[in-house]
Amino acid sequence: MTAPAIEDLLRELTPRVLGALVRRQGQFEGCEDAVQEAVLAAAVQWPAEGVPDSPRGWLLTVASRRLIDQARSDRARRGRESATAAEVTPEDVPGTDDTLVLLFLCCHPTLTAASQIALTLRAVGGLTTAEIARAFLVPEATMAVRISRAKQRIKAAGSSFSLPEGAEREVRLRVVLHVLYLIFNEGYTASSGSELHRPDLAREAIRLARLVRAQLPEDSEVAGLLALMLLTHARRSVRTTAAGDLVPLAEQDRAQWDRGLIDEGTELTKASLAGPALGPYQLQAAIAATHADAATAEETNWPQVQALYLILERIAPNPMVTLNRAIALAETESPLAGLALLATLDADERMAGHHRLLSVRAHLLEKTGDRAGAYEHYRRAAKATASLAEQRYLESRASRVRTPLQPHADGLGERG
Amino acid sequence: MQFLISLHVNPAVLDALTDEEKAALGGGHAAFIEALTESGELLTTQALVDPSQAAVVSVRNGQPAVTDGPFLESKEYLGGFYLIDCENKERAIELAAQIPDAAIEGLGVEVRQVMFAAGRLEA
Repeated sequence: MTAPAIEDLLRELTPRVLGALVRRQGQFEGCEDAVQEAVLAAAVQWPAEGVPDSPRGWLLTVASRRLIDQARSDRARRGRESATAAEVTPEDVPGTDDTLVLLFLCCHPTLTAASQIALTLRAVGGLTTAEIARAFLVPEATMAVRISRAKQRIKAAGSSFSLPEGAEREVRLRVVLHVLYLIFNEGYTASSGSELHRPDLAREAIRLARLVRAQLPEDSEVAGLLALMLLTHARRSVRTTAAGDLVPLAEQDRAQWDRGLIDEGTELTKASLAGPALGPYQLQAAIAATHADAATAEETNWPQVQALYLILERIAPNPMVTLNRAIALAETESPLAGLALLATLDADERMAGHHRLLSVRAHLLEKTGDRAGAYEHYRRAAKATASLAEQRYLESRASRVRTPLQPHADGLGERG
Repeated sequence: MQFLISLHVNPAVLDALTDEEKAALGGGHAAFIEALTESGELLTTQALVDPSQAAVVSVRNGQPAVTDGPFLESKEYLGGFYLIDCENKERAIELAAQIPDAAIEGLGVEVRQVMFAAGRLEA
């Protein structure tokens, strides 16, 4: 078996081994460390010595031993001899899949999003602390602290290793989906420069979403989220140039979009929309599917996009949704109508000075022929963004609309 | 999100502090570093030597020249920094407010987000 194949196998086995161990021994905290150590040992041994006949059994045995060693050294530290941990290798329990239980635990509501993400990637995704640290561009020690603190918080919250029930389950599932969405987005915006050394988070988020879908095939928002990821991921090869410059949707080479992913995402979207409930991920997937359906940017079904944003705005009000609807409105009605909708966001303090509001306004001003206004807003948006790639893009747009009479960069920030 | 919290110090203001105040300032930073390390938000922190020790390097016509610093003619100088990784700007500001310098007139605590290479365009 090749090293990448072993890595995939280990990722797949991680949540199953961890689930079996926690079922047997309790104490998620210690089990998670033990499984991580077993996985690290396997990653070293298996490529050299071959994959054991029962990889899962091997991992369980090694993790159990680590857990026992841990318990012994803890007891030694406390100077007690009495307590006897269950020093038995847990039996393999085929047929049970605790992936969902683990996800609910890792996405515990008492944790910050950053901790939920880190813990999910480690305990369910099977990534090492070092890989997660690289993915988020922080030192490994920082990530290790974050993960261990997250586990302490879960322990302090007194969570049981079982699926939440009833309405609580629904609420917690939304958190899980949001965490997967954040992981996906982190991967989608990954810097091209450091991509070689960063794990592919978008791919990992899709894999995790597939795991959740396998457990909850009837949930239409799970299907919606997976569809949204697939449809977005389908554009990955052409959303930046080889030099790392951003290419807007309207200018992407659609022939290069991944048809396989689009077909799968579109089918999933259709099936989920046929279900009884309608949620934000399904609607975003439907919008992405509408874009995917247009052979050219000009053929985009903007009335449908605008209608979908309108429903999304009603069921999940958010200024970013309104912002996106303004772009659709500019296409279906007029740029002025889009600008009028944007004006309603000016009073929203979440959006004040936000680079997205400035850049969309610049884009719509450009469409009305107001080059001076567009120039000013592109420049202000470029100053407001923290993304170097976006900044380059916005600066290039500003240069494009600059009229010869315009001073280069003076007096910005005075108007608007 | 990563932020740089830069500490702008006025040496005259620092000199005017009493020994107790100086000790409290040092103790405040130590406690801040400990709390931030424990929360997993600290990436790194450094204090810089006095600006009188700075060297300004310039290259003209390919020839390097070194003169005594500091470069900026100012009463305040960069005294040190914290590089942190936290949830959002609000949290960064909340943390900055815990730095003892923030409570001392004449010392400046400035928060700026670190730029990242990637970006996205979706519409």
